[in-house]
Amino acid sequence: MKNFKLDKDADGVLLVTFDMPGRSMNVLNVSSMGEIAELTDMIKTDESIKGAVITSGKKAFCAGADLEEMGGNLAGAREQMAKDPEGAKKALFENVYKLNQLFRDLETCGKPVAAALNGLALGGGFEFVMACTGRFVANDNKTAKVGLPEALIGLLPGAGGTQRLPRLVGLMAASGVLLQGKQLKPAEAQAMGIFHAAVPADELIATAKKWVLDNPKAKQPWDMDRFKFPGGAPYTAQGYQMFAGANAMVRKESFGNYPAMRNIVACVYEGSQVPMDAALRIESRYFCDLMLRPESGNMVRSLFLSKQALEKGEARPEGQEKGEVKKVGVIGAGFMGAGVAYVSAMAGLDVVLIDRDQEGADKGKQFTIDEQTKRVKRKKSTQEKADAIINRIEATTDYSKLKDVDLIVEAVFENSELKAKITKMAEEVIGDKAIFGSNTSTIPITDLATASSRPENFIGIHFFSPVHKMMLVEIIKGEKTSDYAISRAIDFVSKIRKVPIVVEDTRGFYANRCVMRYIQEGYNMLSEGVKPALIENAGKMAGMPVGPLSLQDEVAIDLAYKVMQQTKHDLGSQYVEGKGDVIIDKMYSSERYGRKNGKGFYVYEGREKHLWPELGQFAVNGLQDPQPNVSDIKDRLMYAQAIEAARCFDESIIHDPREADLGSIFGWGFAPFTGGAISFIDTIGAKRFVARADELLEAYGPQFEVPKLLREMAKSGETFYGKFSRPQKKAA
Amino acid sequence: MADAYIFDAVRSPRGKGKKNGSLHEITALSLLTQQLEAVRDRNDLDTSKIDDIIMGCVSPVAGQGADIARTASITAGYAETAAGVTINRFCASGLEAVNMAASKVMAGMADMTIGGGIEHMSRVPMGSDGGAMGVDPMIAFDHAVVPQGISADLIATKYGFSRDDCDAYAVESQKRAKKAWDEGRFKKSIVPVKDQLGVTILAHDEHMRPQTDMQSLGSLNPAFESLGKVMPGMDYVALQKYPELEEIKHVHHAGNSSGIVDGAAAVLIGTKEMGEALGLKARARIKAFAEIGSEPTIMLTGPEFVAAKALKRAGMEVNDIDIYELNEAFASVVLRFMQAHNIEHDKINVNGGAIAMGHPLGATGAMILGTMVDELERSDKETSLITLCVGGGMGSATIIERV
Repeated sequence: MKNFKLDKDADGVLLVTFDMPGRSMNVLNVSSMGEIAELTDMIKTDESIKGAVITSGKKAFCAGADLEEMGGNLAGAREQMAKDPEGAKKALFENVYKLNQLFRDLETCGKPVAAALNGLALGGGFEFVMACTGRFVANDNKTAKVGLPEALIGLLPGAGGTQRLPRLVGLMAASGVLLQGKQLKPAEAQAMGIFHAAVPADELIATAKKWVLDNPKAKQPWDMDRFKFPGGAPYTAQGYQMFAGANAMVRKESFGNYPAMRNIVACVYEGSQVPMDAALRIESRYFCDLMLRPESGNMVRSLFLSKQALEKGEARPEGQEKGEVKKVGVIGAGFMGAGVAYVSAMAGLDVVLIDRDQEGADKGKQFTIDEQTKRVKRKKSTQEKADAIINRIEATTDYSKLKDVDLIVEAVFENSELKAKITKMAEEVIGDKAIFGSNTSTIPITDLATASSRPENFIGIHFFSPVHKMMLVEIIKGEKTSDYAISRAIDFVSKIRKVPIVVEDTRGFYANRCVMRYIQEGYNMLSEGVKPALIENAGKMAGMPVGPLSLQDEVAIDLAYKVMQQTKHDLGSQYVEGKGDVIIDKMYSSERYGRKNGKGFYVYEGREKHLWPELGQFAVNGLQDPQPNVSDIKDRLMYAQAIEAARCFDESIIHDPREADLGSIFGWGFAPFTGGAISFIDTIGAKRFVARADELLEAYGPQFEVPKLLREMAKSGETFYGKFSRPQKKAA
Repeated sequence: MADAYIFDAVRSPRGKGKKNGSLHEITALSLLTQQLEAVRDRNDLDTSKIDDIIMGCVSPVAGQGADIARTASITAGYAETAAGVTINRFCASGLEAVNMAASKVMAGMADMTIGGGIEHMSRVPMGSDGGAMGVDPMIAFDHAVVPQGISADLIATKYGFSRDDCDAYAVESQKRAKKAWDEGRFKKSIVPVKDQLGVTILAHDEHMRPQTDMQSLGSLNPAFESLGKVMPGMDYVALQKYPELEEIKHVHHAGNSSGIVDGAAAVLIGTKEMGEALGLKARARIKAFAEIGSEPTIMLTGPEFVAAKALKRAGMEVNDIDIYELNEAFASVVLRFMQAHNIEHDKINVNGGAIAMGHPLGATGAMILGTMVDELERSDKETSLITLCVGGGMGSATIIERV
């Protein structure tokens, strides 16, 4: 066998070591699945074999199914659907069910098979473990964790995970793992009843072997006559409340936008009422159902494949090589600068954190100290590790300390003169190859670069707040920025484990430009007399993390006021007044700045917030009666953003649909189930999208004017992914 | 088409639907059997002329399972030929049983029937029959189904009824029920329940709290707030259907919602000719009835629509009805109905309702229909419309007139 090493001991216990050649991780693909079938057959038929112990020859046990291979299979199924839907579905089911059949055969082979888990087991890997009649885990292995992350990318655990886990631990305990991708440490998993024992790594194999010899007739609990679903099946007094609650909680969290979450609940509900074989068929059907929906494909593409590719530097310009970043300078130790210093130190970089006085610099470093202290307290880190991270940050006022940094992130106030001064001070010290990055969010990079003596090494590195939580970083090209500078900025962003996207220099760059449309559409509707609650709820129902007014409160209304004044000043007579302008004016002059001072569009009382009861004043002609349909409101909010993203393509601000999609999800929380703002358009189809946008244009205004590019695509039938995909690079 | 006439209506007193309730000590079968016996004995009825006995029952399992209507027909000693069937339209089951019985008569497929209902809630609690509606994602998740209490609070929020409005309504319900009992307005219909020895175990509605006032209600905590806002957060599910609301205000509690009680009822319905042949005197005629589906998340607004539908079928207007009876499932349900049709409080639920006397789910519809037959006679009025809100988003209504 290629993927499994076999070693039968004198007692007749077969030690099976999962170790795929040429890969850092074991996965479930056609090759390894084929051999699992062979193995099962061997264990079953070879009389000299008493049972088996399965472990891994790698650091991790198994990372799950090969999603790229799976995506390939799916393409065929979608094509077939158009011609012969029932036949295509049947064929897809046969294909998907193979994995369930494989593990079911293993667990019913008649001899004990024990998993000896010596590392991470995710998705199909964890399902493999659960299909073993004996389950053992190393309790001193820090990397040994189990989890089912499928729901996070729009799928469900389709190799028995929705059936075996709830049968082991009950619906309540399983729900966090199944629905939220919660990963369990060995001790936790064992306490829940997933493992027979958690033992030190050096006793793992021996313990598993002993169990095999001691339990020649081992069966899974659900294959025994007296099996009862833990915590109660749906139609029991105890279970009914739980299943009712599960439906409500998932609906509440997902707004019905995530079919994976819904189908997982359905799998457990239906599966818990029938024997395992029928349950696995039900699970496979719900898995197929997901595969045939756009949400899963879009989520896998953006949140798994594209994310991985971009993290590895997919946006790097042709001809540039990946390089190391060891030391960075952060100038400006305010909230943003402190965050950048923190994530850099966390990633192992040395950091020089500069502010105008030592007190300011120290305050910036204090953020890292506080965050690390919290982590140690919560046992997420050790004091030793925390100290190492803290010690990587040198808080100072001395620019000469910047002499050997690879890259600088400037994060001072949005003031061109101040930034120019700092650029000059830093450039006097730093090396020729070092990159100067500005974290400006409003001033064009090309303008700032005029202060630089080496504008080819001057670039925008735009972080989002709070830096340690937001995964996106926009890398902005000034007019003279070199490919080398871009490549180095990508090196830095990848190093701090964030997702870099490359965009051109324009007002608001990409993310802020698009999200402004969301907030503006909220203002438009408020002004037109849509009830504030309806606007806010529609935003959340459309999949946005918060409503547009709530988002404005978070961003701060005084900031919106200042940006508006700046824009008016910059654009002069070109400035087009929006319906929101009077609202911002009034809110600003009433000192309603948002969450920061406890009053904005909402009134904040402790942890509670309520819409400000006087928002009705902004409805120019009073509240509409009847109120518009919520689906119209949702369309307005989503189309306004997606059209702006399309304009960014039209204006060549952004070039790769994957960057645009991830930029939208990680930059401003665009409904993740859509796969991002560009997948949103592609999924609807340019033709239908433009037709709907035209309706909205007619009814609500020019914010729905689609760019020429999109109108052409509507005619040609092209998609963004079809038209703008880069030639596939092999991921490093 | 034949006319369907009501010849008699009986009901048990309503016992508290708890372990210390008087009717907890007898069986559902005995409870229903006694009502059927009373119909026979009061009317000296030749039960061989009964074609069918239709009984509403919302949780037809355990002691009231397996077709309790047929079971009770045997134990009441009716002729073997008197068939029985149990039906479920949730809270309107009792009225629906009457309407179905009437339908058979009107269609000429039955001459004499009994419609009624039973719910022995102290022994067979709500939800004992399971049901996909609350737990199967295909309905619960996809259609945002929430428990009734959340729906009732949603009605109050959407249509602007405050806690005080609902409490004031409840106080009035208690007052009216007490007055009705004090004046003997129910005595024609009440059949006291006997124990295993044949000794009366309950002769009055034991759920009533006539001393209720705004102050005593004020001390009660909202019953559905934690279910709605905390665990599992049902409010947020309902608001996905009603996104124009920022939140649901929780105004209902045990004191302004219907009480959980045990009870049974039976109504004798037949053609004029069979009535005459059996020597029965018709008391009222069933003029029209209707059933309707309505939006299932808010669930309990059906009476508004089903009343309009029944009125239209009868060729009548809202003001043509002398007295209305709407089951007091929750205060907001009645307040919304009055608001929607602009009906004065003195024309509806004149003898109190389920907030005071309780709501034995499967039986209530038949009980309040009987109450209206009595009340039309007592107050010398002509027409009444009886309606109930129904789980899953439905409504049933029946219009009767004195003959």
